[in-house]
Formats: sequence, C-alpha cells, structure tokens
Amino acid sequence: MRALRFALAAFLRDARGGELGVLAGAIIVAVTALTAVGFFTNRMALGIREQAGTVLAADLRLESGRPLEADGPYVAEARRRGLAATRLVGFASVVVAGGTTQLASVVAAGKGYPLRGSLKLAPAPFAPGVASRGLPAPGEAWVDPRLLARLGVAVGGELALGAERFRVSAVLDYRPDQGTGFQDLAPTILIPAGDVAATRLVQPGSRATWSLLFAGPADAVEGYASWLRAHKSDAERLIDVGESSEQMKSATERAGRFLNLAALVTVLLAAVAVAMGARRYATRHLDTAALLKCMGASQGFVLRVTVLELTGVALAAALLGTLAGFAAQAGLGYLVRGLVRGDLPPPSLAPAALGLGTALVMLVGFALAPLLQLRQVPPARVLRHTLEPPPLRYGLPYLVAVATLALLLIGLVRDPRLIGYAAGGIALAGLALFGAGLGLVRALKRLRGGAGIAWRYGLASVARRGRESAVQIVAFGLGLTVLLLLVLVRNDLLGEWRRTLPPDAPNHFLINIEPADAAPLADLLVAHGVPRPALAPWVRARLTAVNGAPLKTRMPKTDRGRAFAEREQNLSWSATLPADNRVVEGRFWEHPDPRRPEVSVASEFQEELGLKLHDRLTFDVAGDTVEAEVTSVRKVRWDGFRPNFFLLFAPGVLESSTGTLMTSVHLDAAQRPLLTELVRRFPSVTVFDVDALISQVRDLVDRAALAVEYVSAFTLLAGLVVLLAAIQATRDERRYESAVLRTLGASRRTVLLGVAAEFVALGLCAGLLAAGAATAIGWLLATRLFGLGYSLDATVWLAGIAGGVLIVGLSGTLAARDVVTSPPSRTLREG
Amino acid sequence: MQVLESRHVSKEVSSPDGTLTIVDDVSFAVERGQSLAIVGPSGSGKSTLLAILAGLETPTRGAVFLNGHELTALDEDGRAALRARRVGFVFQSFHLVPSLTALENVMLPLELAGLADAAATARGALDAVGLGARLGHYPRQLSGGEQQRVALARAFVGRPDLLFADEPTGNLDSATGAKVAELLFGLNRAAGTTLVLVTHERELARRCDRVLELDAGRLVGGNAAP
Repeated sequence: MRALRFALAAFLRDARGGELGVLAGAIIVAVTALTAVGFFTNRMALGIREQAGTVLAADLRLESGRPLEADGPYVAEARRRGLAATRLVGFASVVVAGGTTQLASVVAAGKGYPLRGSLKLAPAPFAPGVASRGLPAPGEAWVDPRLLARLGVAVGGELALGAERFRVSAVLDYRPDQGTGFQDLAPTILIPAGDVAATRLVQPGSRATWSLLFAGPADAVEGYASWLRAHKSDAERLIDVGESSEQMKSATERAGRFLNLAALVTVLLAAVAVAMGARRYATRHLDTAALLKCMGASQGFVLRVTVLELTGVALAAALLGTLAGFAAQAGLGYLVRGLVRGDLPPPSLAPAALGLGTALVMLVGFALAPLLQLRQVPPARVLRHTLEPPPLRYGLPYLVAVATLALLLIGLVRDPRLIGYAAGGIALAGLALFGAGLGLVRALKRLRGGAGIAWRYGLASVARRGRESAVQIVAFGLGLTVLLLLVLVRNDLLGEWRRTLPPDAPNHFLINIEPADAAPLADLLVAHGVPRPALAPWVRARLTAVNGAPLKTRMPKTDRGRAFAEREQNLSWSATLPADNRVVEGRFWEHPDPRRPEVSVASEFQEELGLKLHDRLTFDVAGDTVEAEVTSVRKVRWDGFRPNFFLLFAPGVLESSTGTLMTSVHLDAAQRPLLTELVRRFPSVTVFDVDALISQVRDLVDRAALAVEYVSAFTLLAGLVVLLAAIQATRDERRYESAVLRTLGASRRTVLLGVAAEFVALGLCAGLLAAGAATAIGWLLATRLFGLGYSLDATVWLAGIAGGVLIVGLSGTLAARDVVTSPPSRTLREG
Repeated sequence: MQVLESRHVSKEVSSPDGTLTIVDDVSFAVERGQSLAIVGPSGSGKSTLLAILAGLETPTRGAVFLNGHELTALDEDGRAALRARRVGFVFQSFHLVPSLTALENVMLPLELAGLADAAATARGALDAVGLGARLGHYPRQLSGGEQQRVALARAFVGRPDLLFADEPTGNLDSATGAKVAELLFGLNRAAGTTLVLVTHERELARRCDRVLELDAGRLVGGNAAP
C-alpha cells in the first residue's frame, strides 16, 4: 500500500517534472500506431470481408440437393438473429427460342437477392454492364449475353422455359455468385422465384440446387454459422466467405498477410521504442533509487515503486495512445472514403483492448531488465556518483520479453510462419548489426586521428561509447531495416505480385472444346489478333477410392473437404509442370511410365482429403476405372487465371478417355464481339467471362495496397520516434560533454559539427547494414512466403545509406541541438 | 554508550594494477551525542569509510556496529531498514530529488519509514532551517545554500540517532558554508544527535568533539579511542 502511494506520488511528480516524457511518449506513439493500425486494419478487413462476401452474394450460403424451405427453421433462426435471408433455386434446363434450343442454367431468385454485391445489366449483348437493383418482374427474364447470342434473341424478345414463356427485359452481364469453378458454366437465365412453379420444371426428385443466402453483421453471421453447423444435415453444405472461391481466397489471404506484416513491423518498432525509453527511465532514476535505498528503502520496495509507477505510465499512455489511435484511424477512414468502393464499416473495439494489453506486456517485457538494474543500484552511489548497478543481464528478462512479444504477435498476426520469417530475419539483422556496429566502433578509433576537431570529437563519442554505440546502431539499423523492408514490401513485393496480374491476364475461359474444334477455334482466335492459345485436356471423373478403400469410408470432416471428395473431379494431364505450379512434396514426373499411372495433387486437395505421397487414388472415368499413385503435391497459384487442376495426371493414362479441351485467353474490349461469332461457330464451347472476377481480385489488391500504404505511414512515424528516443537517451551525457568542450573554448559550431559527425557516422553504418538486412529479409519473404520472384533493388541500398545519413544525421543533430545552445555554465553547475 | 563502532574495518578493490587497499584496518568508536570529524586529503578513503559506517557498502574485512547491532552481518535490505530508523544523511552535492519540492524532499524519509503526519512534521523541519516560506520550491529554484538547508531539514526530520555528513559545505562558498555549518551543529546540539562528519576543511573539523585523520586508508592521527 505504501509502495502504491509512493508510486502514485512518484508518477505525478515525474509526470510534472517531465521525467516520463520519453518513455510515455514512446508508448503513446507505439500504442497510437498500433491501435490506429489495429482499428484501421480491422475496418479494412471487415471491408474486404464484405467485398469478398459478394462472391457468395451473401455472407453465408447453405446449399443442398434437396429442397430448403424459404420460410423454414433455418431462415426463422437467421431472422431471429437479425440476419437478412433469401432463397435461390438453380437448375439446368433447355431454353427454346424460335427453332433453337440451348442448355441454360436457370436461377430463380427470391426477394432481396443478391444480399451482397449487385447484379449488372447491359442494354445489349456484350455491352458494358451497369449495377442494378431489384429482380425481373413476373414473366420477365434477365439473360446471359452468350445465351442470347446462341438463341438469336434480342432484348425485348421472348423465350420459352418449360411450360412458361418469358420476355427478355435485360441482358444479365454479371451476378456476384456466378461461380468461379467450372461446375455450372451453362449461361444463366435469371427469373423471379415466383415463376418457378409455372415452368413446371422443378418437380419432386428434380436435379436442382437449393441455396439459402444469409447476410448481416459479422458477429451475428459468425454466431449463426456455428448454430447452423450444429443443426444442418450432412447433405447440406455450408459455404462461408473464407472458402467462397479459390481465387478470392488466395487473393484475400495475400491481402491479409500484407496488412499483418505492416502490423507486425509496428509492434516490433514499438518494442524497440519501449526498451529504449525504459533504459533512459532507469538511467535517470539511478540517483533517486540510490537515495531511497540510502534512506532505508529495501530493494523490493524500490522495485515495487518502479513497477507500479511504470504500470501507471502504461495505463495513461495506453489510454492516450488508444484515443489518438482511434482519431487517427477515423482520419484515415475519411481519407480513403473516396478511394475504396463503398463505406468502410466502423471498427470493432477489440484493438482498444489490444492497445492496453500491448502497452502493459511490452512495458513489463521490455522494461524489466533496466528496472531490475534500478533495484540493484548500490546505495553508496549517493557518495560516489561513478558507482553503477551490476551490468545489465540481457539473458532472462529479454527472453521473457521476446516470449511475451511472440505470444502477442501470434495473437495479433495469427500467422506463425509470417512471424517466424519476420522475427527470424529481424533477430538475424539485429545480431549482424550489433557485430558490425562493434566493428565500426573499432574502425572509427583508428580513423579519428586524421580528421578535424569536430570529426575527432564526433568519432571519439562513437568510439568511447563502444557497446552503447553498437546498441544504437542496432536500434537505428533495426528501425531503418523495417522502414526499408516496408519500401521493399510496398514497391517490390507488391509490384511483383501485381505484375503476376498483368493487364493482359486471361479474362475468358473457353471450355468444352471438342478435340475436332481445337484447331479451327485456335485459328479463329489468331485471326482476331489473339495469341495462339495453349489448350489443356480436360476429363471429368469421380474419385471412388483411396488406397482401395471406398471414399465413403474415409469422408473428410470439413464441408470443403466433403465437397472436394463428392463433386465431379476435373482431371487433366501434362508432361511438364505448368506455370503457377510449384512442387512442395514428392517429385514431378520426368519420364512417366504409362503402365504405372502417376497423379499430382494440389496442396488444398491433399490437405482436405488427408492424402499422403504414394496413396493410390481410384477414379471412375465415364465407366472406366483408372488408378494412379500420388507422386507429387503441388502448390498452385490460382489467381494467375490460367487453367489449373487439382488433379494432374502423367501423360499416357487418360488420353483414350472421352474429354474436351479448355484454355484461357485475354480479349480486350475491341475483341469481345468475337465471342458472338465464336459461340455461333462452336456451339458446344462454353465461354466463361472472368473479366468481372479479375477486376474483383484487382480491386482487392488495390485495397490491400492502399491499406499497406497508410499503415506504413504510421510505421514510418513509429520508426522516427524510435530514432528520437535513441537520441533522447544520450542527451544528458551529451549536454555535459558539450558544456565541457565549450568551456574549454570550442565554438558552438564545432560542437554542433561534432554531434552531426557522430550521427552521420552512426547513420551511415546503420543505413548500410539496414539495406543489407532488408534485402535479405525481402528475398526470404518474396521467395519463401509469397512465392514471388525477387530481383536485387539498388534503390534500397541508395535509400538505406541516404536515409540513414539523412534521417539519423539530421534528426540526431536537430534533436541534440539544444545541447549546444544551453549555457555551459548552467549545465556544469547542475552536473 | 557507543552508538557506532568500527572494528578492524578494511576495504580492498581489485584494479588493473592489482588489489588496492582503500581503507586499512580502521578501528574506533563514537559515543552517543558525540560529534566526530574524519579528515584527510582527497583519495584518503574518507568517503569509502563513511559508506561502510553507514552500511551503504560492505567492508572486505572487519565489522561495524550501530547501536549494538552488527551492521556488517545484515544483508542490504536489513541495513536499509536499520538506516530508515536510525540514520540521517547530508551530502556534498545535496542529493535532493529534482522532481520533488522542498517539502516533498523533506517528507521522503518520513514516508519511507511509514510515519503519519509526514507533511506537518516536514513543514516544521523546514521552518527550523528558515525555509518555511519556500515549501513549494523545486531544488532548481533554490540556491546552493538553500538546497543544503533543505537537505539538513531532511536529515534531521526523522530524529535519527546518527547523522552522517559528507563534505556538507564542500559545494558552497565560504560565507554560505559557514552558515550551513552553524545550522548543522546547532540542529545537532538541539537534537542530541551523534554526528559523523567527513571533511577536508580543518575549520569545520575543529568544531567537532573529536577528529580522526585518515591517510591512504589508515588512521594516522586524532584520537582513535573515545
């Protein structure tokens, strides 16, 4: 209790006397940056999640081959929880117009569809679509342009669907859930749900898919999804946003990682700032601690007072920082409002708790070592000022700090691999910087003989502080490393990623190409200026057994795994590993033996079905049984928009099976009318327009890039504060030195130049080493984590050296300039 | 009755040139209410001896007794607890906490000892040194002499049995130093405190009941026995 009273008084006095400025400032900025990032990424994540939700046309979707009631218990429960709900019925049917028939995918939509995203309608086939609300009126249909082209029907014309006739009132250019797989690629005709009965197409036992769509606040959706998982039958498949489509998932994951990386860097910088602030706090309190002990305070009492006072600092700084962070994110939200599609949702309050928790954890973690030092300050220091506490033992306290930080990071980033690489890289960089810093200090000892007085003083300061200089180089260097890393991530890695989605990325898939049509179709494309496409063979099959055991006996537990197992598989074959594929297990065949069939599986398929290398997969290919051994697992980049397959066979196994070919091509706006001719000449070919999907993915990338830009602005600020904290830590010492020098006759300019020389030297070294470290970490991140190529970037080195010299040199000199302006007499009198 | 006794106290430290003896076999005792000056040139070991006597440092050999308790047998916290109850300090460089006002500085030992009415007692102590009007001033707003008077108030406020003073006038000009010395001895007499004073000023030393002279860590003059 006495310690608490003492600590409270000490807190108020220290706060009044400006003693807590550096430490509290560091924590405030750290928490501000962290919570601003937290709040903002929270909003961005919610925004991205909402946008990704448009792929489902909902936040949550329940699908079944058996009827789902539009007013059944599922919908009732959803409405009770405040969710919007609607129902779709989808089925395949022949559409008739004039004398022409075409297979179409009929979607009968209930009121409110789509719950997320919007339909796009066009006035004429293949004209640009415009977002639109509502549904076709009774007796009307909105129809896919490919279907209209094949049927030769214009807007305003009529077509027959089962027993009912529909008037085409608009061209359906885009619907959010039109599918990103290849199961349901027949062109869509959208009719109102009320008209299904009149068509008489959906009868008991009909092959149709019933879908219930749900949307609402994230918390309610999550709660409802858990409820639904517990109550739905096994035949009903629940799809949430996370698994809504392979492409969107891949892009969302990447976007999340970029945001997480930025958050991670901010946390690391904050930790550095707190460690430095705590060191200064301890140094400034050595005398007071010695005095307290001299007057009879026990070691435990000194420690308790210090810990309690710092907890007060943490609480106050966390509160101020969180408020500032909230304000900062609101400003950010306002700034990006015109740039992102739609309004960003308000943030949840979770980051506030995170800010407080982080401030406490980091303060305890990173202030512990210097505080333990305070406890051990010899009381005789009151008589001999040169007496220091035993040297700081970095071992245990910092181990505790690193462990707490790791736990915090895992909680924050939820990506152990990302943390591993980044933390490992930064730890290595720190060690390298420390070693190099010591080397530099030794080198400077030799250099200073030949320099002028200012340089000699500056370099002597670096050399004399020895280990401290090296520690400063590590601090500066780490700050610079993460800043450069951000530049790398923002420009190089992000650029590298964006380059994988070039403007001429394929935007149309052509599937169901009969082998006989392959050559004339390719000729037609070439005649219209499209490069000759590479055609991938494609055979449909069912997976029936694994290692001889029927699939039914080893059904995966997850919905997604079950969907993988149950659906019709798309098989292809290739002699070589396709682009966008990387073998992560086993070996890709070089000289396959057709008598020993081999299959290569995509990592998602392998994980969901729990497959291992050398497992034997049995397929039913149009009545024939084909068995193949898994000889490799591939990591596939689905957002390259090239034909890729979960299951890829070695040549010589499937060639005799009845299959078709598929390809993807890029068609620009001027080339799009070619599609009308193409579907007329090759009626069996299904054209799948991925333009809309690509722009969805690109929109996500842009959003992620924007978020990272803003987040890095905060990280930059945090880095600068770390830098200033480092300078602040040596100000007392510098003030005294400069007073001595000036008393001895050095001019103000000489002392200032000396200070500048010191910081330039430190900055040069830190910058050089930081560029090296950032390059190494960037290479690791690019090649190991993001699976991107990496090219050496000279600008990082230039920016590192220039940035180090400028930022450290300029900020250091500026921050220390009042050292030379304060009258030496006063400094010397005050000691 | 003996308040303080030093028995064969030695302090050695290791240096690049080998072991250095700073205090060499010093023995003496101080009676209650007595004032003792320890004099000697710079580097003679005065301050180290003072630190050992006050339990701020431990000797390499020998023992120190404070009010009959063997100080050197206690651990650091035990010595601190003894200091809290029995000992006051005055330093050459005042050692006021810069972020505390004069009043708060004087309250410090009372609060540490957990005494009630710290503020009223401290106010009285500052009145006694003539600083009753400067209670809310910070050390930087006070002159050197005033700062040392605050330090004196802080040293006497807990009514210690024993007061250690390390060059109490060393940072002051002679006129101010004389006034502070006057105050120190006046308060000491009034409170009946035992005073151990380290100084190199002969004039100050002469005002004490006894003088011990230290040279190269050894007692070379003065009256070693009470």
